[in-house]
Amino acid sequence: MTLLETHQLSKRFGGLLAVNGCNLAVKTGEIHALIGPNGAGKTTLLNLITGVLAPNKGQVRFEGQDITHLPAHARVHRGLARTFQITNLFRNYTVRVNLELAVQARRGSSFRFWQPVFKEKALTEEAFRVAERVGLGGRFEVVAGQLSHGEQRALEVALALASRPKLLLLDEPMAGMGPEESARMVELIESLRQEFTILLVEHDMDAVFRLAQRISVLVYGQVIATGTPEEIRANPEVHKAYLGDEGGVA
Amino acid sequence: MPPSLLLEQLLNGLQFGLMLFLLAAGLTLVFGIMDMINLAHGSLYMVGAYLTATFVGLLGNFWLAVPLAVLGTALIGMLLELTVLRQLYRRDHLSQVLATFALILIINEVVRIIWGSQPLLLSAPEELSGPVEILPGLNYSAYRLTIIGVGLLVAGLLFWLVNRTRVGMWLRAGASNREMAQAMGVPIRPLFTLLFGVGAGLCAIAGAFLGPILAVQIGMGESILILAFVVIVIGGIGSIKGALVGALLVGIVDTAGRAFLPLLLSQVAPPEVAANLGPALASILIYLLMAAVLFFKPQGLFPART
Amino acid sequence: MRWPLLLVLLFLLAFPPIASAMGLEFYQGLLTKIMILALAASSLNLILGYGGMVSFGHAAYFGLGAYTAAILMREGVSSGWVIWAVAVGLSALLALLIGAICLRTRGVYFIMITLAFAQMIYYLVVSFKQYGGEDGLRARRPEFGLFELTDTALYYLSLAVLAGALYLLHRLINARFGRVLQAIRENESRALALGYPVYRFQLLAFVLAGALAGLAGVLMAHYTQYASPNLLAWQQSGHLMMMVILGGVGQFWGGVLGAAALSIVEEVLQDLTIHWQLGVGLILLAVVLFAPRGLAGLWRREP
Repeated sequence: MTLLETHQLSKRFGGLLAVNGCNLAVKTGEIHALIGPNGAGKTTLLNLITGVLAPNKGQVRFEGQDITHLPAHARVHRGLARTFQITNLFRNYTVRVNLELAVQARRGSSFRFWQPVFKEKALTEEAFRVAERVGLGGRFEVVAGQLSHGEQRALEVALALASRPKLLLLDEPMAGMGPEESARMVELIESLRQEFTILLVEHDMDAVFRLAQRISVLVYGQVIATGTPEEIRANPEVHKAYLGDEGGVA
Repeated sequence: MPPSLLLEQLLNGLQFGLMLFLLAAGLTLVFGIMDMINLAHGSLYMVGAYLTATFVGLLGNFWLAVPLAVLGTALIGMLLELTVLRQLYRRDHLSQVLATFALILIINEVVRIIWGSQPLLLSAPEELSGPVEILPGLNYSAYRLTIIGVGLLVAGLLFWLVNRTRVGMWLRAGASNREMAQAMGVPIRPLFTLLFGVGAGLCAIAGAFLGPILAVQIGMGESILILAFVVIVIGGIGSIKGALVGALLVGIVDTAGRAFLPLLLSQVAPPEVAANLGPALASILIYLLMAAVLFFKPQGLFPART
Repeated sequence: MRWPLLLVLLFLLAFPPIASAMGLEFYQGLLTKIMILALAASSLNLILGYGGMVSFGHAAYFGLGAYTAAILMREGVSSGWVIWAVAVGLSALLALLIGAICLRTRGVYFIMITLAFAQMIYYLVVSFKQYGGEDGLRARRPEFGLFELTDTALYYLSLAVLAGALYLLHRLINARFGRVLQAIRENESRALALGYPVYRFQLLAFVLAGALAGLAGVLMAHYTQYASPNLLAWQQSGHLMMMVILGGVGQFWGGVLGAAALSIVEEVLQDLTIHWQLGVGLILLAVVLFAPRGLAGLWRREP
């Protein structure tokens, strides 16, 4: 079943067509990787899907419903959560408060004006479970800005997890990581496979080919191929447009 | 209404708009390049007018007094940059607003200590006090006409400076991308000091020439400062072209609104309503203009940053 | 914090009888004024300090409150409760209108457009000659039924309103709503990505701050028995911002401390010299440059 679908999606910045009639389909339960050279429009596409940007043309459909004109915050409540390529946390708050805010966004109305939030034990408990899940249980009371880079990336993922999304959009989760940290992130994503559908934007080809069931290749704002890792490896178009003559991938 | 009246108000609007442009130009560059709000910009306009009045008193000649006042104000502007403003570039907007608000209080009080609380008398030069016939049957103030000429001349010079010289290139580079400009080896610090000097000088020109029309008094810089802000927000922060378009727009809309709106209103509404509502509407017209522009183009008409 | 707070409260409660016994009525008046300004500054601190919205037009709501009181009295409405309700309602409505437009912009544009709207209100009010124009409007004190609004009654009324408003703000800031508001200040795009309707949170805070400022304006009209155009002027907005930064931006007692400190400094300087504004300017400049966390930041650090 198709969970997320973009249909002829286009976004223009001045004279530049960043996303150009893009058709992408993510099926329920899969890890779907989105790869492409720098400037192919991957992050712009994510911003269109999450509603940070409005498209000039085309449609975004989620669970069969048109969400093209839904504001960004409403899409989160429909079950779309994302991480950012450049770490985007509440840097002055602890891991606990970061995650409590994420849990609070999903649980009950936040237009509550009287009850002190620190008395809401349920928020803290759930926040702690999410922290443990990404290996930050022991760093619960540490200020986010003081975490190591790898830990910050893990918190970035945790913030998305806390909203219990149906579709998790990961924008280059391995960005700026050393091999050891990357390996830990691959493990983390692997552990999410059972529960979440994931759209993974990533440059680390080892990780992509290890994790993804299907891969879409974005070039100049268009998906030029979608298929299993084997199909993508064998696709001559992909080689020509993206992989070049560097002797294949992985 | 007679076309001559329309033309006269149009010229008044042009004259006011050009002076507004002189204020807005320095403000928009400082805003655009340093991302800095400088409320004290209007105080330099006041200082320029006071210095002009003082030099006219000493020398007895308007045309000698103006360059001296411009030079003096430019020096004061650079001094302010070196002592206080420089420390504010890296601070948030709130700190900048507050610190330069403090500067307004300080400069106002210093002016009061030096020149006293009474408004100063600054009159237009003798030879320009009469009207000239610009069209058959249409007389217009020679002095205001001179202001238009000076305004156009200075605006032209400024455009040449910004578009045709190396310093101008640096300024434009700084306005569109500060980090890039720094990486390209633009000497940012001296450039900023110079920019404040030029901005202050432009303020002084406006102060000198508007002094005889408006009043030379404490607080004169504040009301016009807010107009200058409206101008650069409409034009797009950091854009000289935007400042010019915005200034002319504000100058003409404001002048025409004050002249014609009460008249127009009195034709459609009962007199007692029109008498109240006319001036009220006229005085808020430019703010409505600004709100409308921002509603449709939140970055102003000519955004400098992409 | 609890004991010092209780002591201050006791002192404030006991002050009027002591003052009248010792002939210090002047200080009772000064305290009334400080409490009213503290209310206005605290309302600004909610959006400026906790919401990160640098509104340069807070005088609009403060002044509107004062003018509403004066105009209603002039038009024959004499019930204080009615006047309060109308003034607070109108201020909230104005904040809703202005906020709905201004919150579409960010940064410098937000500062400027809030300033522009406040200027609009100023010129609108001043152009109505039957309500005093640039001379302002006298505002007799209204009737409250239960008590007569003497100077002392106004003192206690202001104290009660300030205490109530501060309690409300304290609950608000520590409740879910307040936490989200501060999170938006810390990182707006992250808050949006977590699913918070940022605009709605900001607008609601903006309206609340406007309503409280309007209430402060009414009290100010009661205090001076006069609605002055100065209450609407942009310098008044600057003055309120000055109090907040002096006291401590986003520090709970920032508005109160700032209002008290600035009023006292002004009183003292005015006694010393006619050029007291020079002193105010220099102090403010020094605070911005050397103590950006304000008075509250001097002895307390927030995480």
